[in-house]
Amino acid sequence: MRSKIAALLAVCVGLGFALVSCGSDDGVDTKAAFVYVGPVGDAGWTWAHDQGRQYAEEETGVETAYVEAVPEGTADFANHVRDFIDQGFNVIIGTSFGYMDDMVALAEEYPDVVFEHVSGYLMNDTNFGNTFGRMYEPRYLSGMVAGSVTKTGLIGYVAAFPIPEVIRGINAFTLGVQATNPNAQVEVIWTSTWFDPAVEGDSAQAVLDKGADVIAMHQDSAAAGEKAEAAGARWVSYNSDMSAFAPNAFLTAPVWTWGPRYVAIIEAAQDGNYSPSSYWGSMADGIVDLAPIASDVDQSVVDMVMEAKAAIIAGDLHPFTGPLNDQDGNQVLGAGEVMDDGAMLGMMFFVEGVIGSTG
Amino acid sequence: MNEASLIGLFVATVSFAALLYLAALGELLSEKAGVLNLGVEGMMAIGAVTAFIAGVELGNPWAALAIAMMSGAALASVHGFFTVALGAEQVVSGLSLTILGLGLAAYLGKDYVGQPHGTELVPVEWAGLSDIPWVGPIFFSQSPIVYIAILMGVAVSVVLTNTRIGLALRASGESASSTDSAGHSVLGLRLSAVAAGGALAGASGAYLTLSLTPQWAEGLTAGRGWIAVALVIFGAWKPGRVGWGAILFGGTLALKTRLQTFGVDFSPIILSMLPYVLTLLILLVISVRSRKRPSPAPAGLGFPYRREER
Repeated sequence: MRSKIAALLAVCVGLGFALVSCGSDDGVDTKAAFVYVGPVGDAGWTWAHDQGRQYAEEETGVETAYVEAVPEGTADFANHVRDFIDQGFNVIIGTSFGYMDDMVALAEEYPDVVFEHVSGYLMNDTNFGNTFGRMYEPRYLSGMVAGSVTKTGLIGYVAAFPIPEVIRGINAFTLGVQATNPNAQVEVIWTSTWFDPAVEGDSAQAVLDKGADVIAMHQDSAAAGEKAEAAGARWVSYNSDMSAFAPNAFLTAPVWTWGPRYVAIIEAAQDGNYSPSSYWGSMADGIVDLAPIASDVDQSVVDMVMEAKAAIIAGDLHPFTGPLNDQDGNQVLGAGEVMDDGAMLGMMFFVEGVIGSTG
Repeated sequence: MNEASLIGLFVATVSFAALLYLAALGELLSEKAGVLNLGVEGMMAIGAVTAFIAGVELGNPWAALAIAMMSGAALASVHGFFTVALGAEQVVSGLSLTILGLGLAAYLGKDYVGQPHGTELVPVEWAGLSDIPWVGPIFFSQSPIVYIAILMGVAVSVVLTNTRIGLALRASGESASSTDSAGHSVLGLRLSAVAAGGALAGASGAYLTLSLTPQWAEGLTAGRGWIAVALVIFGAWKPGRVGWGAILFGGTLALKTRLQTFGVDFSPIILSMLPYVLTLLILLVISVRSRKRPSPAPAGLGFPYRREER
């Protein structure tokens, strides 16, 4: 009996050693560092990423750190990353498109560090991948809500630049609007800036003056919402729940939920089996979602939106399903045809019902 | 294009013009006294952030405006100290002021980014006048700061042309040594003009966070301070002409996005370049004309004054 216990103990101790030595094979603990383009308090893009970081730290127990307001296209990004790596951080997550070229170079320079780039398209075979989300899914749902509340039938959409990501969002939103209000139109105003509250607010005012009673946006500030609030109109925000800026105007918002994705990246790095990919997560993956819908919206509309959400998650509903015509009435998709990812990623046309030009 | 859209265009033109005019008037005062201050963007940012913070903490928009003006004046006085008292290079000091102001504003405002505003200056309703079609919404339903800008324009113009102190101030910008000989303190005149200019730039910044876009975020001023500097040149250092220039530049800002709603297919990027292109053209005209007649710029602009040297 005693020998059996001794044997068992030996096995336990041996296993323990094995586990410990396994751990020390990795050399160091996994530590994840995040580089943000804006301040964490921006209530938008960067705020959402920082929520994700906090979630990942809680879920994985891994130490995380961040540096905020790091401009694109300067030496700052690489300097911060090197600094983090010197401190033992071995997962680097960059959350702005303009970091891409630096990340490519750094990933080559530090092959033992995992690099994940949000919103880019480049990757390598070993330690550098990219992540983005199918924001068009909740955009479609937010369009359904907007379509149900417009009385004038004109919805303004204040948007930054005519690039596929933004155009895809506008089209998905418009198709959502048409699902609840077939005759409504969406008028797009390009601001040619990601962040200039004075111009964003004035653009919203311009469509409000024209008779729009709902404002949607693809911008980083809440200025459009403040104009909608002042005009007694409604507002679909973006990035995060911005209801505090315009409590009466706020309807809902397509939002980012980065946490689960960050957990997956950190855990893969921890287990040593990170393999780069071009990840384009969906509502089913939880990376994008719809913020709670304002309480004064009709329950029947909420039910319809939730039904559509369930159908999208189940894979039964795809916002870009034919018959689909472009702005000029040319057929893009035949009945029942579903647009493939390549066509969505390069989308440079407006669907029928959008007022404005893509160029 | 419907009537409301057209009215909206003019409403936005007037409100953008006031934003630019306040800052440009401040720069004009400073330059008239002989001090070029390229720190307008930084002073606007400081005005914007202090107005927002004061608005959140105190809840009184007028107190917020006063604090913004004082902060703008304080920052401008840093420039005044270096360039007027110490005779430092004005371009370098001014550029430093922009960088300092933007950085300081970002630092001060860090905890206020993404917060809803505490207070705002609500548009003034003028009994009877606000309801007049066209004229009412365009001129009589604006933020109080718009009327302050107009009053300031008149005040600056009157002070500069019709008062002894205005004459002395202009003289210190044209010929500091003769102003000194006449018994005026060039140091005092220039420091006051720079501080007053800073206060006006601060008010312009406060207009952003108290009226136009009541929120704070880094980069809120978005280069408007530079347009104000350009406006002074555009307006040939005359308060009235700078005012017309402000309306023109404000109009291009308002038109930039609105052209799209009017169904005009014209690149908003080209429109946003327009103020700068216009300024370059004006500079060209001024420099060509100055071969025949003197430049409208104050003769002593940019030169520090040291009594012993002249």
